[in-house]
Amino acid sequence: MSEEFEPRITAFVCNWCTYTGADLAGTSRLHMASNVRIIRLPCTGRIDPLFVIKAFERGADGVIVSGCHPADCHYTAGNYHARRRFALFHDLMAFIGVDAERITFSWVSASEGAKWRDVVNEAVANVRRVGPFTAYRELIDQSVSADHPLDDEVLAAAAASAPATSGDSKTGDGA
Amino acid sequence: MKELRDLARQLLTDGTVEVVVGWQSSARGARPIFVDKPEEADLLIFDTRCVHNLATYLNPRRKQVTDLGKLALVVKGCDAKAVAGLLREAQLTRDRVVLIGVRCGGVVEEFDAPVPPEISAETIMPRCYGCDNREPHLVDHLLGDALPEPPAPLLSIEKRIEALEAATPEQRWEYWTAQFAKCVRCYACRQVCPLCVCERCVADKSQPQWIETASHTRGNLSWNVTRALHLAGRCVGCGECERFCPAGIPLTLLNRKLQQVVEERYEYRVSDDPEVAAPIGEFRLDDQQEFIK
Repeated sequence: MSEEFEPRITAFVCNWCTYTGADLAGTSRLHMASNVRIIRLPCTGRIDPLFVIKAFERGADGVIVSGCHPADCHYTAGNYHARRRFALFHDLMAFIGVDAERITFSWVSASEGAKWRDVVNEAVANVRRVGPFTAYRELIDQSVSADHPLDDEVLAAAAASAPATSGDSKTGDGA
Repeated sequence: MKELRDLARQLLTDGTVEVVVGWQSSARGARPIFVDKPEEADLLIFDTRCVHNLATYLNPRRKQVTDLGKLALVVKGCDAKAVAGLLREAQLTRDRVVLIGVRCGGVVEEFDAPVPPEISAETIMPRCYGCDNREPHLVDHLLGDALPEPPAPLLSIEKRIEALEAATPEQRWEYWTAQFAKCVRCYACRQVCPLCVCERCVADKSQPQWIETASHTRGNLSWNVTRALHLAGRCVGCGECERFCPAGIPLTLLNRKLQQVVEERYEYRVSDDPEVAAPIGEFRLDDQQEFIK
């Protein structure tokens, strides 16, 4: 591990705002991290959470989902629908333990080239900090998680003693 | 019980319906039964063993049931919510089914019993605790006496979610990947679900193949996350997916978590009123967006 880790980040962006904003960042010759591969879609409403899952499967360490600001959608309401869908996805991924730093949601308009640069730089820095997402890719290897102590019995014990150990989760692994 | 049998007999005799779908007693607990002759109406029961969500028989994927003609369906509160879900999404027309609602005081997890067991903290189905629909509203007939509120189970679904949320993300990741590792991709969770209505499931599509079909943990995660998301704001919490899961994956935790999210974010609780729109497919201009930069 002598070489510095270079994150691979997939960005799903809408055609009308963020893609044009990213284009503006390019034509404005703004300096930004070069770790992002952009996938252009008609609208954030076209972005299925499965796209993000598939990106992780295929080697992404982080994902950016970005589109038009509320009220600016080219198709009137696609981003409002996407906002609800991604709120659920965001909360569910947090619940199953995916680091929130890996998935960035943003609104970037066609005139916000500088904001796109900041979103990209920040996402790259965040993913660089949390490291490569090999834990996800290696799930294909069954032996990784065949047996795990945090099963239902431990969970039950944790629930029974939840008031006593809350706020001290670091040392609560006595079971 | 007598009023249920009398009503079923009458509906079959006067030709209102072709079949009455309810529960019967058997050596291994209650089980679903399709009654199509008036003289068989006496087989129908309703007691604490009637855990099955019979609304799954109204799922449009079940063409063999659709072909039977007009049905009468015995529904608990949770089953009525599932029927409302089908109506809400235009998967069912109201005149296709006569709904016989029964007042419910909770059902038991251990239903492998020849006689109805008592409801207790040990036996209660965890999802029955805190039920807000023990008297279904979306019904044509409402039977039975009001029953007392079910007791809290030894370990409630909320407590398990709290325990997971108190853990670190790394612990949650290890917990869920260990759970998903058990999945054998039999899709029983999908088959039994009254609200998994797609004629062609995304998990069955091969070009492109969005969900890896091999049952390694990575594909299993993709499937289980997708299944939970596709039911977000729709799931009635009947818990049939988890009860049918041969691998014992705690699917109700995912479902309940998403129920909590839609309640907190969109003030939506699944009800048996088909006129109330589900939260996904709707939006408000001022929806929360604290997670978006």
